[in-house]
Amino acid sequence: MKKSFIGLTKPVLEYQSLTGLMTKPEKIAIPKKASLFFKGAYSQKDAVLLKIGEKVKTGQKLCLYKNSDEYAVSPVTGTVSLISSYLGNFGQSCAMVTIDTADTEEFDESFKAVCAAPSLDTARNFLTGAAGSPCFGCFSDPEKKIKTIVVCGTDSDILVETNGYIAASKSDIITKGVSILKKITHASTVIVALPKALVKDAGAIGGASGAELREIGSEYPSALPLVMMKNVMGQPVPAGKGPGDMGVCFFSAEAVASIGAAFTDGRIPVTKTLTLIRKDLSRVMVEARIGTPIADIFTACGVTVSEKDRIIIGGPMTGVSVYTEEHPVTPDTDAIMVQGSEDVSLVSDYPCINCGECVRICPMNIPVNMLVRFLEAGQYEEAADMYDLHCCIECGLCSFVCVSKMPIFQYIRLAKYELSRIPAAAEEA
Amino acid sequence: MFVDKKLIVSHAPFWHNGSCIGERNYHIMLAALPAIIFGIMQYGSAAIGVISLAISSAMLWELAFNRAAKRPDSIGDGSAAVVGMVLGMMLPATAPWWLVIVGTFVAIVIGKQVYGGIGANPFNPAIVGLAILSLSWGKFMDFDAALVNYDFGFTAVYPLQLVKHASKNPEIFNVADVVNSFKIMDLLMGKQVGGIGAVFGLGIIVGGIYLIIRGFIRWEISLSFIVGVILTALLFQASDPTRYACPMFHLLTGYTLLAAFFIATEDSSSPVNFIPMLLYGAGMGMMTVLIRNIGAYADGIIYAVLIMNVANPLLDKIRPKAIGKAV
Ligand code: SF4
Ligand code: SF4
Repeated sequence: MKKSFIGLTKPVLEYQSLTGLMTKPEKIAIPKKASLFFKGAYSQKDAVLLKIGEKVKTGQKLCLYKNSDEYAVSPVTGTVSLISSYLGNFGQSCAMVTIDTADTEEFDESFKAVCAAPSLDTARNFLTGAAGSPCFGCFSDPEKKIKTIVVCGTDSDILVETNGYIAASKSDIITKGVSILKKITHASTVIVALPKALVKDAGAIGGASGAELREIGSEYPSALPLVMMKNVMGQPVPAGKGPGDMGVCFFSAEAVASIGAAFTDGRIPVTKTLTLIRKDLSRVMVEARIGTPIADIFTACGVTVSEKDRIIIGGPMTGVSVYTEEHPVTPDTDAIMVQGSEDVSLVSDYPCINCGECVRICPMNIPVNMLVRFLEAGQYEEAADMYDLHCCIECGLCSFVCVSKMPIFQYIRLAKYELSRIPAAAEEA
Repeated sequence: MFVDKKLIVSHAPFWHNGSCIGERNYHIMLAALPAIIFGIMQYGSAAIGVISLAISSAMLWELAFNRAAKRPDSIGDGSAAVVGMVLGMMLPATAPWWLVIVGTFVAIVIGKQVYGGIGANPFNPAIVGLAILSLSWGKFMDFDAALVNYDFGFTAVYPLQLVKHASKNPEIFNVADVVNSFKIMDLLMGKQVGGIGAVFGLGIIVGGIYLIIRGFIRWEISLSFIVGVILTALLFQASDPTRYACPMFHLLTGYTLLAAFFIATEDSSSPVNFIPMLLYGAGMGMMTVLIRNIGAYADGIIYAVLIMNVANPLLDKIRPKAIGKAV
């Protein structure tokens, strides 16, 4: 991870080989308290459907607000004990619902009643809160005609191997998921993306239902969806657009496994598989209920977190750091990384020295040295018009190599976030 | 409800490759050591004085300006030290103390800090300093006059000055003969008169190659600069060998090598994209020889660098299209 002595060549970050496949995942006990997030700032003025003291069952669909389609799936059986506000990135807050777990577990049967005949509506109505967080949003957009589904048996970030593990260990259930997905979405092609090392173990996915197999390079960021679009699919996504606009929809291996499992057993999968990256970079696969506070996982796996350490949800390049060990596992938490205070890399407030390292490493040919000057000055529109802000695929490599240790990636995400708020603000006005 | 343990929260990525500005600059200084040590051996303690004064005064000017402008102190990053060092390397060992101090003042304050400090200077600061010195106090910068009291045991004339003189008086001199009076090997090994750190060609080349291999400077600029010098000199020589010196002579005299590895490659005033780097280097090499051969000055580096610095922002617009960019 450090710069090599010979700095002439471009630094290469490799995805790690899959070590987690060798070990059995660590199973974490059902937590005493489980927490779920709902988007948007929590305010009691909205018509709140959930009441404190309400009993919920495992697998039950929970809706927080009356006039919103958003729901979560209760990962445990118990009583709602707290509804509070939780502060996330860029000062966005969301609502957090905490459930105190009861002693005996009961399963909610409403999904079972409808699962016999799989349909897109059923999937959309019950499964987006399942492990792997399958998203069917792009299928409801009439402007997007999804023809291709890509099942990723790869993890986009370095050191994370959750989906690789699932692809290799649950290929049967994924194959079931693939055929259900094909049936309910009418997608004509299913592509399974796998790293080279897994082609042997997981190559059978799709099997009879006929999925195409594509191999993903071992060099970061080749497993980021937008990079796959360019390298594997040969369809580079235009700036500001998503794969959905190109008729392609990405599912993680875990999401597809959840779909397969849900329609097979009639229960929504609420156990999340994730990679725990310890301070010494050793990794262990963990299976925990969604909603489990990450502190429980640390205790079970012998990780001690001390003052000034860093906890990262996700991998080292694109993850998000959190400020409390109470942060719960969410349906899309693929990895948790703990960094000891001595390994924490800090940014500086130095300006860009124009060394060009970022320009040479950027996979999208973005003139980062110019871009960052405009971002620093808060000139986001100019940055987007002239210096290709929207072409950025958010790989973080520019910050990784920046000689000035500038928080380039943070500037980029902040700029995109601010620009995305402009239309919304205009509507309000 | 949350346990009160203070964690570090920051933005991705959570790794860094460990490079930093200080590392870069200190390696540049390290790479310059062979050339400087040779200069000190050749010119004695006066050279130590000039180099040390240049480095230290540059750092002090930086500190003074930081304080005056209420900016955070930046002398620790080594950038001021490198500017001072490069300026010192270009001066004759006999430069008086005030000349050095004025030079570093111009380089640091006018060449760098007024634009906003590191990374914001459009020109190479050391060259700005040198340009002002040679315009205002040209006689101190005249190597022949300055070094008249030295006894080196080799032809103690500034080669470029001699050639300029010869080419202006073709009825008396033949440039080819004058050039041949210098042996290439001697030039390479530093048996010539010039700036303290600019004479030991081999040392500069070794330092430069070290910097290139470690990735602290961009090889594209160094290489294209050298190619630019050689090709242009070759053309001139082919047109009239009696009036123009050969490429090797141009390469090994004056500030050429210093420019190739320590001046043209200054980060802030040079391009970062591939084709612009080549154009920038080649253009600078070409200008250097043009000015030497048909301009008024003996060495063309100063103006070649300044001119290409001006062209840099424009050149750097030539860049590959971002992937996904519409149109
Ligand atoms: S994060 Fe940086 S390196 Fe990656 S695509 Fe964006 S600008 Fe380029
Ligand atoms: S790596 Fe950092 S210092 Fe170098 S050009 Fe890019 S932004 Fe500037």
